[in-house]
Amino acid sequence: MFRYTFHIILILTGGLITWMAYEEMLGLYTLSVLMFMGVNIIMSTSLNLVNGYMGEFSCGHAGFMCVGAYISSILGVLLFAKDKVFGAPLLDPSLAIYAFPFLILAGGVAAALAGLLVAIPSYKTRGDYLAIITIAANYIIISVIENLGVIGGSRGFMGMKRVINAMEDVAYLPWMPIWVFLFTVFSVWLLRRYLSSTFGKGVSAICQDEVAAEIMSVNTNKIKTISFMVSSGVAGIAGGLFAYVIGYVNPGSFNILKSTEALVMVYLGGMGSLSGSILSAVLFTLLLEALRPLQIIKWVVIPLLLIILMQFRPEGIMGNKELGDMFPWLKKFYKFK
Amino acid sequence: MLASILQNVINALQWGSFYALIALGYTLVYGVLTLINFAHGDIFMVGAYIAFFVASFALTTLGMPGWAALALTIPATMVLTSLVGVTLERIAYRPLRRKGAHRLYVVITALMAGLILENGNLAILGASRKAFPPLIHETVYTIGGVSFTNLKIAVIISAFLVFAFLHWVVTRTRVGMAMRAISYDKFAVPLMGIPMDNIIVVTFVLGSAFAGLAGILFAMSYPVLEPYMGALIGWKAFIAAVVGGIGDIRGAFIGGFLLGAVEIMVVAFFPSTFRDLIAFTVLLAILTWKPTGLFGVAKTTKI
Repeated sequence: MFRYTFHIILILTGGLITWMAYEEMLGLYTLSVLMFMGVNIIMSTSLNLVNGYMGEFSCGHAGFMCVGAYISSILGVLLFAKDKVFGAPLLDPSLAIYAFPFLILAGGVAAALAGLLVAIPSYKTRGDYLAIITIAANYIIISVIENLGVIGGSRGFMGMKRVINAMEDVAYLPWMPIWVFLFTVFSVWLLRRYLSSTFGKGVSAICQDEVAAEIMSVNTNKIKTISFMVSSGVAGIAGGLFAYVIGYVNPGSFNILKSTEALVMVYLGGMGSLSGSILSAVLFTLLLEALRPLQIIKWVVIPLLLIILMQFRPEGIMGNKELGDMFPWLKKFYKFK
Repeated sequence: MLASILQNVINALQWGSFYALIALGYTLVYGVLTLINFAHGDIFMVGAYIAFFVASFALTTLGMPGWAALALTIPATMVLTSLVGVTLERIAYRPLRRKGAHRLYVVITALMAGLILENGNLAILGASRKAFPPLIHETVYTIGGVSFTNLKIAVIISAFLVFAFLHWVVTRTRVGMAMRAISYDKFAVPLMGIPMDNIIVVTFVLGSAFAGLAGILFAMSYPVLEPYMGALIGWKAFIAAVVGGIGDIRGAFIGGFLLGAVEIMVVAFFPSTFRDLIAFTVLLAILTWKPTGLFGVAKTTKI
């Protein structure tokens, strides 16, 4: 019974948020902060797979988020909403309620394919040279979208609210909080399962020593390809959710600053610790919101806080450990198999 | 046709000079510390702002003529910018290095320091752009349809002079020898009695001073200053350094001119919105074809 405490708490939390959103006890502001928290958790855990566990320095993660955001919003608007550019919806808008998870997953798959842009050069390239390739990939993705006039170019793309309205017409529920919660749990579960599998141990082997791993018959190219694809695919899921939460995307919001934010969350939490990434994503989102009144000084205070934190705890909040390793009694309460 | 090609070549040389000057700073610090100093682009921005303040002070308060103001601005800016660089090293990077933190955490600290410089500038000086005062009279020369200004020539020549100077420092002087020694083996160097911290400070002084010089030249060529001007040019200079093979001075120099040439040629033949797209695609192709950059040497790992 103890072993399922964590699952029960998770289900209760999800249910509580949904119920409170339904009863309108949570304001729109609180709700949107909670949803951004979910998106940030997905981003930081997925980046941690590459940066923390695999030991590569990827700093263009927002590019994959951009692919996911655009693909899932274009598909959604094309299929289920009336739009100036795409015309009448191709399918009945009442079907949106069933197809929505597939829209987000389609964005994830597209982002995973975009991840090949980084994965294939990574066979031969290591270290800082790979960092450049990821930055270049980020810029390439953004400029391609900026040059595509059909989907709005640098002006951005909107119309996702109509898809959500179509879902709410069928059944009145706070759909976005529900989906963000479910996809956050799904992404963390996926990454956790991936990393604790036998195949996933190879990821840590690459981090320790790539050449030695290869000698010990670890297929490094295969592991790198799949890890980059999983990581960017999950980032694409985060992007799709982000697009639907805001209801508007433009390529400028997925620039290198967004990637920096993701990097900060990973290194604040500690490389190689999923629970650290979750914790730091929550803290970072709260910090961003708490310091909002400072306006531009916010972006001086936050980096300063981080630098000070780095001086006193250079390995991040959790270092290389999971929450269960730091507090062993917690292990009674969950079962990840 | 030939004239337009030559014109583009001169533009590319000028644009590449800025990249090369900044990339030299990246590559010096990387070569010695294997640290990507992501704050370097913002040090370039700080240099441009310092130049703005020194030049306005000299022109208005001291009432100097333009050439004298320029002669004062260049050394003053280089000194003040290198102070900023050294302060950053002293406050942010050195304690982390002493603690033996993973080098990616130092990189994150550098990113954060860059953000502080950018946004601190924005918070203190406001979002309005500053117009750099004209210091020297720009003369346009036209030879056979190719036109260039004395400023363009000065930018290109100073990039080459800086390269020659740094090459001399690294290959011929004792400090340069110590730098190469640190990049070769960081653990044996202190045992040889080489003051490692001093050498690192010298590296930061050299890198930041030339970023400051690039700041002056950039501000004189494109006289509009804004707090985010260092961000994109910094990333691109870093890319130039890596394409050349990071840690190698020749590589940074040639990479800078290569990136400048690619960007100018793209703008000359395609719509200018394609600039980033094509430039980065070319770089991706170069790195896929030659994974350690043009001058980089693949490290062999012992197990």
